[in-house]
Amino acid sequence: MRYSAFQIVRQALRGHQGWPRAWGEATAKPRYDAIVIGAGGHGLATAYYLGRNHGVRNVAILEKGWLGGGNTGRNTTIIRSNYLQDPSAAIYEKSRSLYETLSQELNYNIMFSPRGVMMLAQTEHEVRGYRRTAHANALQEVQTEFITPERVKELCPIIETRGPRYPVLGALWQARGGTARHDAVAWGYARGCAEMGMDVIQQCEVTGIRSANGKVKGVTTTKGEIDCDKLAIVVAGHSGVLAEMAGFRLPIESLALQALVSEPIKPCMDVVVMANTVHGYMSQSDKGEMVIGGGADGYNNYTQRGSFHHIEETVRALIETFPMISRLKMLRMWGGIVDMTGDRSPIISKTPMENVFINCGWGTGGFKAIPGSGWATAEMVAKGAPGALAAEFGLDRFREGRFIDESVAAGVAH
Amino acid sequence: MSARRIDGGRLIDRTKPLRFTFNGRKMEGFQGDTLASALLANGQMLVGRSFKYHRPRGIVTAGPEEPNALVNLGKDKRFEPNARATTTELFDGLEARSQNHWPSLERDIGVLNDRFARFLPAGFYYKTFIHPRPFWKHVFEPFIRQSAGLGQAPRHRDGDTYEHVNVTVDVLVSGGGISGLAAALAAGKAGARVLLVEQSAHWGGRLDDAPDIDGQPAETWVAETVAALTNLENVTVKLRTTHSGVYDHGYCLAVERLTDHDPLGPGPRQRLWKVRAGRIVAATGAIERPLSFAGNDLPGVMLAAAVRDYLTGYGVAPGRRTVVVTNNDDGYRTAFALKDQGLEVPLILDARSDPGPVAEAARELGLKVAPGKGLAGVSGKGRVEKAAVAAIDGSGAVLDELACDCIAMAGGWSPAVHLWSHAGGKLHWDETDAMFVPDPDKPPLGADGKAMVRCVGAAAGELGAAEALETGWAAGLWAATETGHKPKRGAGPKAEPDEETPIAPVWVMPRGADPEKRAKMWLDYQNDVKVSDVELAQREGYESVEHTKRYTTLGMATDQGKLSNINGLAVLADARGEPIPAVGTTTFRPPYTPLTMGAIAGEARGDLFQPIRRTPMHEHHERMGAHWEPVGHWRRPYAFPRSGESVEEAVNREIVNTRQNVGLLDASTLGKILVKGPDAARFLDMLYTGMMSSLKPGRCRYGLMCSENGFLIDDGVVARIDEDTFLCHTTTGGADRIHAHMEEWLQTEWWDWQVHTLNITEAWAQIGVVGPKARDLLEALGGMDLSEEALPFMSWADGEIGGFKARIYRISFSGELSYEIAVDAGHGAALWEACLDAGESLGVMPYGTEALHVMRAEKGFIMIGDETDGTVIPQDLGLSWAISKKKDDYLGKRAQDRLFMTDPNRWKLVGLETLDGSVLPEGAYAVDDSKNANGQRETQGRVTSTYYSPSLKRGIAMGLVRHGPDRMGEVLTFPGVDGTETKARIVEPVFLKEAGA
Ligand SMILES: Cc1cc2nc3c(=O)[nH]c(=O)nc-3n(C[C@H](O)[C@H](O)[C@H](O)COP(=O)(O)OP(=O)(O)OC[C@H]3O[C@@H](n4cnc5c(N)ncnc54)[C@H](O)[C@@H]3O)c2cc1C
Repeated sequence: MRYSAFQIVRQALRGHQGWPRAWGEATAKPRYDAIVIGAGGHGLATAYYLGRNHGVRNVAILEKGWLGGGNTGRNTTIIRSNYLQDPSAAIYEKSRSLYETLSQELNYNIMFSPRGVMMLAQTEHEVRGYRRTAHANALQEVQTEFITPERVKELCPIIETRGPRYPVLGALWQARGGTARHDAVAWGYARGCAEMGMDVIQQCEVTGIRSANGKVKGVTTTKGEIDCDKLAIVVAGHSGVLAEMAGFRLPIESLALQALVSEPIKPCMDVVVMANTVHGYMSQSDKGEMVIGGGADGYNNYTQRGSFHHIEETVRALIETFPMISRLKMLRMWGGIVDMTGDRSPIISKTPMENVFINCGWGTGGFKAIPGSGWATAEMVAKGAPGALAAEFGLDRFREGRFIDESVAAGVAH
Repeated sequence: MSARRIDGGRLIDRTKPLRFTFNGRKMEGFQGDTLASALLANGQMLVGRSFKYHRPRGIVTAGPEEPNALVNLGKDKRFEPNARATTTELFDGLEARSQNHWPSLERDIGVLNDRFARFLPAGFYYKTFIHPRPFWKHVFEPFIRQSAGLGQAPRHRDGDTYEHVNVTVDVLVSGGGISGLAAALAAGKAGARVLLVEQSAHWGGRLDDAPDIDGQPAETWVAETVAALTNLENVTVKLRTTHSGVYDHGYCLAVERLTDHDPLGPGPRQRLWKVRAGRIVAATGAIERPLSFAGNDLPGVMLAAAVRDYLTGYGVAPGRRTVVVTNNDDGYRTAFALKDQGLEVPLILDARSDPGPVAEAARELGLKVAPGKGLAGVSGKGRVEKAAVAAIDGSGAVLDELACDCIAMAGGWSPAVHLWSHAGGKLHWDETDAMFVPDPDKPPLGADGKAMVRCVGAAAGELGAAEALETGWAAGLWAATETGHKPKRGAGPKAEPDEETPIAPVWVMPRGADPEKRAKMWLDYQNDVKVSDVELAQREGYESVEHTKRYTTLGMATDQGKLSNINGLAVLADARGEPIPAVGTTTFRPPYTPLTMGAIAGEARGDLFQPIRRTPMHEHHERMGAHWEPVGHWRRPYAFPRSGESVEEAVNREIVNTRQNVGLLDASTLGKILVKGPDAARFLDMLYTGMMSSLKPGRCRYGLMCSENGFLIDDGVVARIDEDTFLCHTTTGGADRIHAHMEEWLQTEWWDWQVHTLNITEAWAQIGVVGPKARDLLEALGGMDLSEEALPFMSWADGEIGGFKARIYRISFSGELSYEIAVDAGHGAALWEACLDAGESLGVMPYGTEALHVMRAEKGFIMIGDETDGTVIPQDLGLSWAISKKKDDYLGKRAQDRLFMTDPNRWKLVGLETLDGSVLPEGAYAVDDSKNANGQRETQGRVTSTYYSPSLKRGIAMGLVRHGPDRMGEVLTFPGVDGTETKARIVEPVFLKEAGA
């Protein structure tokens, strides 16, 4: 069913009893052309573009919990593409541009809000770093600009640009960056997949990967065995676990990244602000909550909780940057397990097992990449080899030392 | 005062009237009132508007679970949005304003949303506002943002302060009801260190519901127990302190409100307690559930226990004529309390067909009970006026209508299991009492792998006073024993057990209500989530609890579902046709109640936020008018502009003077790490690319440090002090990082090597005396022999100079003759002045970091952080000479042999000279003609540092260029961000050729 205002009126007159399921209640078939493990944003987008761009529709997406319940449903939804390195800028910009029309594409309002993202420069070193990024972006056809403290204040009046510790010296501004509604991205893609006849199977944990002669045959799950020709592993924080099932190791560390929101207040901040020197960033959700994030924990673990002292440091830093939040109250805090690579760039790659592909390593910043990453991963799965967007993100790069280091320009990469 | 204030009121002091305002209207209350009780006493039932439909909202509860009564409190520097009226203690002069309406609380235009409510069901926004595309950003979103949000955004800097305290206790007891008091007493008497916290301003919790304890009234027992606890030295008791979260290993947070009830009082506003607790006893009580009947969100519909609390605690009657609707015995307590005060209770509706003895008791008091009945709905204009009675199992055919002005609803209790759940405790569904209770077999585990939390009393689902005392006492003994204490034998406090008739769960009232009725039953009052919304979510496939929550926003309001969650789950379970436990709960996350950001930050604000580090010469620089630059936590002088001089002019003057005469640099911030031990040399050989073990005592060597991945991470001069002692200099920003790096390797890989490291950066003040007249200056100071023979380049010596005990290094970062003089930090300022005096006739001037940078660039020396960015190896920078060929290994060696690292096309260090002498833009890239497969312009190099050189009177730059050293003389094009282009020639990276050092 197509969603529209007209449809809502029609359904309202029938007491809303006529809405169909957004995605079916699927039971697994014995075999699929392709299986995607993980119904986070990246997994769902991979399946979606497999069908849409490559006509591969006999696809199942297997999810151990509920779809969108991993980091896709826990992140602070910042979308930007002002990355430094060429391969990053290419895939994030592709992604950002897909976000612009995603609501229309999916016929599902994912509320992409291009409200603008600014990254504050609070040391001379950061000024130089962002000037460099601005130069790189110009050549990558990503629209960014380095703006003055006065313009920062104009765009975000609640900011303290003359704080005693780290005065604002300028900012890298991407006017076409912004935020989107994270759940809606997962739900919209899931609905899109279901409409193409794909099976989104929840509560179905993959516990083993079966192969013959180095070639994948299928998976073992908590709901039985399922065969497939091709397999895409797209499970973020648990990538290491799945890789082990397929008999290879990944250069990934998993650790907790936390976020928090305040109680809702009336609109007071129209842009997204990131302050990397002090490891904090903030935006205001459409509901009015101030959405706040900081740095990742310093130790590896799988508990989705994280330690309080990180929250303390983040909040302290943001009170210096936005003094008005001091009397707001933290409503809720949570954490997600992020999959970090050594160079802070993702992995979109073939693997040692034939016909098994992996997409992971998005770490603290992969929400913004969902459409672009799905696009590139689908291409790789369909054609058996990565295309231009994914080419540089292979696993080989760690052996060769061909890193795509994004921590270079900015410490935090959300 | 108002007619709603009646007799009684255990918590208020009628001799102390207080004045306050609500929406500018003057009102009065008493000491001991909450803002909510005072508003009710003044007949103010309407207190706010809901989030989505802007429906009128009244007070529903008397505690922290309140979803409706949120106000803008105070003004200016003491303004707080979303303050909960039910937990805000009244004080004289309090100013409150209601929220989320325009133009006024009574006449709110947002109520239009309510008119169209049927077109705005759960998740409607995902299905519309899709076309035309620009409308979302420019029309729909701004509109939604305006009508959402609750309180006003604060406009001022916070006028209050906050503080943190750290404590370690054996037992943390959360909740000062009878169960918590019993636990604290048991643990305290056993000698355990106990901290007992209670969120409200009173001890005893729901003591009004309790029977006699140990033969005396509960109130007396509470008072005596608190007195006994206060007398125990090992026990600390705190009121107004909310235990807000439990983290791993028994780390807990509690927030104490010190002046919220007395804003003019001295000291900080709130204190955050960071508690390390051996064991935690959660005596946090239970939260009453509303009932879902049509119109249950009208002002005047309240929790039965809240109605009772306002009567007995505050002497306030929320209604004159109250219909009680219940599905358990507890509702009757409210009926009895009302009756006791002479207030009308026209009818008690009990969902149970056979309510048992309690109904008998009610009838004996002359109350009318209707078993097997519930509400078909309530109605009224802006507040409850009429209740319609129906059979509980039917579809809602109206049997009778009653006039009333208040509904007291008792839907059963939900244990407050939050603290149990924060760190991973699991729950199970108790079928008889219809509630989630802690599963004792799956507790949250502490560092010792054993249970660290125990719930007691109502928090454990033990609603009776006898059981509350018993479980509390037992938990106190458990916690004390577990933390190494030996409780003496002795009986705990006792009360008579109560026999109650079991609850009959009613999740939708009446059970057969049609969809139209279900669309008028509120689950989440603040976020406007109704029974029909949850059912719709399920129908559309959003049927995992988390999906339902997110799709409908159920439980995401500021009460975090304290009131709505269980009812919502039950409705969802019913829609799914599954039992409630199969649906499960959403995750309980800290904080228990919203936590002030200022309290999280604590004292460290303003100047105390990451305090600035100052060198011993800081004040002197300040007096000289230094233009400061933050470097790490330090402030360093960027330059010393004189009056009438711009910063750039100052930099140029300082460079020229240093090159011609002599300059002084405050180098104290450079990292200094002492590395000592029999294995020190071996350790440094691994750490640096160069050979340090062959360095002779008395000599210095420039060293490079790489990460495991081969990338250059720091550089600096190493001085060998004696056979097993080295002093390693690091960059200013690198000191802490490199020290940690050293320790990481020592502690995790080479733990058996005999090496100690010590960061002694701040123990020394260090002054660079630089320039052709440097030696003259030092000779003028007088002291040790500094001749070329006595102190050749790259050596150091201890001695005395100008009367100071000093260590002098002959090293240079500018190409000039240069000495670095290190003295005890305490002598730094004096030495600095002595140098200025001694050099006056030589033309000495201090110089800052920018002159330092330009001078090193003129000589082609690299700078960590400019030429390096974490992707550059020493070989890229022409630094192969600093890599020992004789060593088997050093950190990063193997990585540097990888394919990509040895690629002849790597970008390498060169000098860049613009054709027109201008300064190359910072961060610019050199382009190729082609584009790559992703349509991006290909690049072949970039600028790493770029300056104006006053010595050469032109722009100079360093950069990394694709096999650059082989391409001398080639001209590259650097586009700017503004469409301009700069052309520069590749040259050797040494701009100033003549030797000095
Ligand atoms: C607090 C926080 C803030 C963030 N902020 C931002 C931000 O502002 N901007 C941004 O761009 N990014 C941000 N991120 C990062 C972003 O959330 C992630 O990079 C992104 O969501 C990853 O999506 P995913 O689909 O790869 O992973 P996920 O959404 O985690 O999905 C992986 C799925 O795989 C499933 N799975 C795992 N194992 C199995 C198995 N054996 N069988 C079946 N299924 C399995 C999981 O249950 C999960 O649903 C943030 C992350 C966090 C935690």
